[in-house]
Amino acid sequence: MTVALHGAGVHLGGRWIFRNLNFTVAPGRSLAILGPNGRGKTTALHALLGFQSLAEGRRDAPERVGYVPQLLASHAPYALRDVVVMGRCARIGLFGQPKSEDYRAADAAMERIGIADLATKPFDRLSGGERQMGLLARALATGAKLLVLDEPGSALDLKNQGRLLRLLHELRRSRTMTIVFTTHDPNHALFAADEALLLLADAPAVLGSVETALSESQLSRLYDVPMHHLRLPDGVGGAVPVIVPHHHGPGEQRS
Amino acid sequence: MALATTADIAGPKRWSRRVLVGSGLIGLLAAAVLVGLCAGQFPVSPSRSLAIIGVAILDPLAAPSLMEERIVLLVRLPRLLLAMFAGAGLAVCGGALQSVFRNPLVSPQILGISPGAAFGGALAILLGISGLPLLGLSFACGLGALVVVGWIARINGRTEPVTVLLAGLVVGALFTALVSLIQFVADPNGSLPAIVYWLMGSLAGATWERVWLAAPGMLIGTLVLLALRFRLNVLALGENEARSLGARPERERWLVFGLVAVVVASSVAVSGVIGWVGLVIPHISRLLVGHDQRLALPVSALLGATFMVVADTLARTATTAEIPLGILTAIVGAPIFALLLRRHYGERGV
Repeated sequence: MTVALHGAGVHLGGRWIFRNLNFTVAPGRSLAILGPNGRGKTTALHALLGFQSLAEGRRDAPERVGYVPQLLASHAPYALRDVVVMGRCARIGLFGQPKSEDYRAADAAMERIGIADLATKPFDRLSGGERQMGLLARALATGAKLLVLDEPGSALDLKNQGRLLRLLHELRRSRTMTIVFTTHDPNHALFAADEALLLLADAPAVLGSVETALSESQLSRLYDVPMHHLRLPDGVGGAVPVIVPHHHGPGEQRS
Repeated sequence: MALATTADIAGPKRWSRRVLVGSGLIGLLAAAVLVGLCAGQFPVSPSRSLAIIGVAILDPLAAPSLMEERIVLLVRLPRLLLAMFAGAGLAVCGGALQSVFRNPLVSPQILGISPGAAFGGALAILLGISGLPLLGLSFACGLGALVVVGWIARINGRTEPVTVLLAGLVVGALFTALVSLIQFVADPNGSLPAIVYWLMGSLAGATWERVWLAAPGMLIGTLVLLALRFRLNVLALGENEARSLGARPERERWLVFGLVAVVVASSVAVSGVIGWVGLVIPHISRLLVGHDQRLALPVSALLGATFMVVADTLARTATTAEIPLGILTAIVGAPIFALLLRRHYGERGV
């Protein structure tokens, strides 16, 4: 099963959000879609999922998808366990009710994410980080082979961003699911993705492995801010790459 | 809201709470029905009324002869059944629509179904039609209104919930104007009072014939909506989330609308327009057991049936002349709803 957009274009409100967008994600690989705000990251994701109809081109995605919406989009006034069990909706059917096996799957997904202790808490009273983990558990409970996340880290504090990124990284390493996510932080792509898609303003999108696509020159073009690669010691003798923006012009340092 | 948390606890505690709430509500409904059987201008004792019904069940073919038998079996029982079915049906419709539209202020009155069915009924009275054809015309116009709403709201091959809501408002306003037009041309000494009284909403004309006419639509619509209760939870998450979870929101919304049309048009056809039940009861139900429709929808059905039975019993016993039921539900429903609104927004701290 491959996941792809072929020559896709979305036309909304009299203008093209993007045209001739191409990418293919091989099974078990992880793709990060990067771009500044308003460049069509979420629209590209919705086009892939079929939420947004294509004006041209075609999409290639499985019927069943584990989808994690943008955090603020979800307000479910149910207990977390009842939110997670909704991941089984497709199996439960139109007139069915979740049975004990569905709850077992939901419990297993919560266990895997590490939120089993929150099962009975009302979802809309959880913190942002806990809710995001809950939606990820729901996506896993679907049993889908494709996991799609819309800005998974954007509304989280640094601690919860770290927790989420480690989960995505582990899922990627297990190679059991194809993962596609949008982000505005290139470090998230660097840490949790194999390939990166850069939605540039006035040039065709750039697709490549994170090492090649996230070069300083390409990222500087993408964000219109000078971007630099640094290497930080990882504490066990090696080094990990990080990407930072360089907002100061020459000689503008604070003193 | 605090209760919602405890209701969602898994395991035996959850079940014991469900059983408690369920048996309490069934007991309440049974008590209301018993009072409804006994109270009235011709009071019948509870044991006597139960005995009459017991005998009738054992020997359904025997014609009731005594005065009190005739009152219990031919007047009060069909009326109570219609009140129960209409109350449960309207409350379940309201709860289902509130999930589908993700808006707690939606009621079965929107979508134009009630005004459409009211127009059909008024037209039938104007034309001197009664009985089954009246019901049929009212039903057809209610469904017709929904079809028009669907046609207006379908833009570029998609229907957004908000356009359905607005189209429902437009179609409702149109049919309300048409009803006024019918009243304008109706004979002030003949059909006009009949139309006005029917529009106010009343179960006074309840007969077994009407029960057989309206009950199938009300019961089937209500039961299918109840069977959809888990899917309604999913639809309440919104278009994209529901779709990603395997629901087909657009198609399933129309299934819900169609079922609501069947229930509402059936109830309008036999009892006129009875408002507020579909708006207030789902709110009370959510306050009692939380937002999970697997619990809230059945509770709405029981509460709606009880509310309607109590309201109808009051309507026919409070004064010597019967108060139209629709007026009573509005007088009771509007203040309750105002209180709920204040409580809801007070809790959210808005």
